[in-house]
Amino acid sequence: MEQATEAPLKKTPLNARHRASGAKMVPFGGWDMPVEYSGIVQEHTAVRTRAGIFDVSHMGEIEIAGKDALAAVQRISSNDASKLQVGQAQYSGLLTPQGTFVDDLLVYRLAPAHFLLVVNAGDIAGDYAWIAEHIKPAGDAVAVDASSRYALLAIQGPAAQSVLQPLTGVDLDSIKYYWFAHGEVANVRATISRTGYTGEDGFEIFVPPQSADRVWLALLDAGKSADVVPSGLGARDTLRLEASMRLYGNDIDSTTTALEADLNWIVGWKKDDFIGASALRAQKASGVTRRIVGFEMLDRGIARHGYEAYVGDAKAGVVTSGTQTPFLKKALGMAYLPIEYTAPDTEFDVDIRGRRTRARVVPMPFYKRPK
Amino acid sequence: MAAAYPAGYKYTKDHEWIDLAGDRGKVGITDYAQQQLGDVVYVELPEIGAKLKQGQSFGTIESVKAVSELYSPVTGEVVEVNAPLKDKPETVNSDPHGSWMISIKLTNPGEAGALLDAKQYQDLIK
Repeated sequence: MEQATEAPLKKTPLNARHRASGAKMVPFGGWDMPVEYSGIVQEHTAVRTRAGIFDVSHMGEIEIAGKDALAAVQRISSNDASKLQVGQAQYSGLLTPQGTFVDDLLVYRLAPAHFLLVVNAGDIAGDYAWIAEHIKPAGDAVAVDASSRYALLAIQGPAAQSVLQPLTGVDLDSIKYYWFAHGEVANVRATISRTGYTGEDGFEIFVPPQSADRVWLALLDAGKSADVVPSGLGARDTLRLEASMRLYGNDIDSTTTALEADLNWIVGWKKDDFIGASALRAQKASGVTRRIVGFEMLDRGIARHGYEAYVGDAKAGVVTSGTQTPFLKKALGMAYLPIEYTAPDTEFDVDIRGRRTRARVVPMPFYKRPK
Repeated sequence: MAAAYPAGYKYTKDHEWIDLAGDRGKVGITDYAQQQLGDVVYVELPEIGAKLKQGQSFGTIESVKAVSELYSPVTGEVVEVNAPLKDKPETVNSDPHGSWMISIKLTNPGEAGALLDAKQYQDLIK
């Protein structure tokens, strides 16, 4: 067996529930995760039209607290955390001195000097080590890998609020986009955040691991009449791609800068020094030579991660994400291209298993939910 | 819901089936294969007249998540292609054993005898 020499896969508190429910399980970033329940297309469609429920407990939670916690976060996180009020969250990057990505993350301000960082599942220990090391100069602040204290569930889709509201005393109308509140869900202590990775309205719910199953079942039960479905990582990936959200490891990594990834808005240009700042300021001044674009296929074919992009006979770049998108029903993707080919409507070719296949640059996001 | 494996078909270890009639056979993928793939969104098929060796790739099938090659169960020439399948590839999921992809004229009909029967194939995927 190929797994025999590797570390055993990690399991979320809902692992037994997924298996008992007949979900198709796959290894993902060292975790044993459900890739689909009823099918990616069905789950994707449910999230766009009704709602879906996801177990994202594999995500890592790192807390930073102490008198100088803000300075510590400002140092390791590219976005400007001083703009966060208590109860507010922001998307950001954990950058190298070169301005490339160690990871991307959400930063929550729990208290004036207490932050929660939600990082990707693939290398939580590596992220924690990076953070703990690099906040040292900031003064009185300590980082704790608190991942084992949290399970994280998501309910995403236009029906998310109406399904969740009866389960909680928190007035969900009062939680604005990228804000959060503490309360309870199904009588379980919970932090409810109006965030997500699908392009839909919805909530991410932090609960104690031992209560995750109870909340999962309560959400499913409350969603029954709205035909809310349990959903896996497959639909999560196609949903985020339609919404043009970057995936760490595909679209952003240690070789791509925040500017090349077209994420200027998560760079706190006005704040003091942070890791990656001087490299990004230099790159901003000289201009990027390549940038990520969204594209759609003009010829029949599906461009996927790792396929090469060509302009004429010359290799010009690489596709970082791509699939046949279930809701828009188009073959879409993201690719890095030389800056002179990044304008909308520019055409280029993708090498699909030896066949040059025409594609066209289109604006992102591909999908924007109706307000 | 699992589709039944027709007793009249022959099967390969690569999870294709062939429905033989005389020296011709229609080829598709098995219910097991479509379950492994998930939602099929794209099928790439050969031109009529293409000559195939047993085990040679005759096209590709893609789900939302993955790309797989399609392998010919026998040696022969493609005499018919199920072109409408390209526009409704999802029927491979809903009716795997009815969704033929190519019809092939066998060069060596004896090859088919060595393929798996329905019971042998179902033992293989247990």
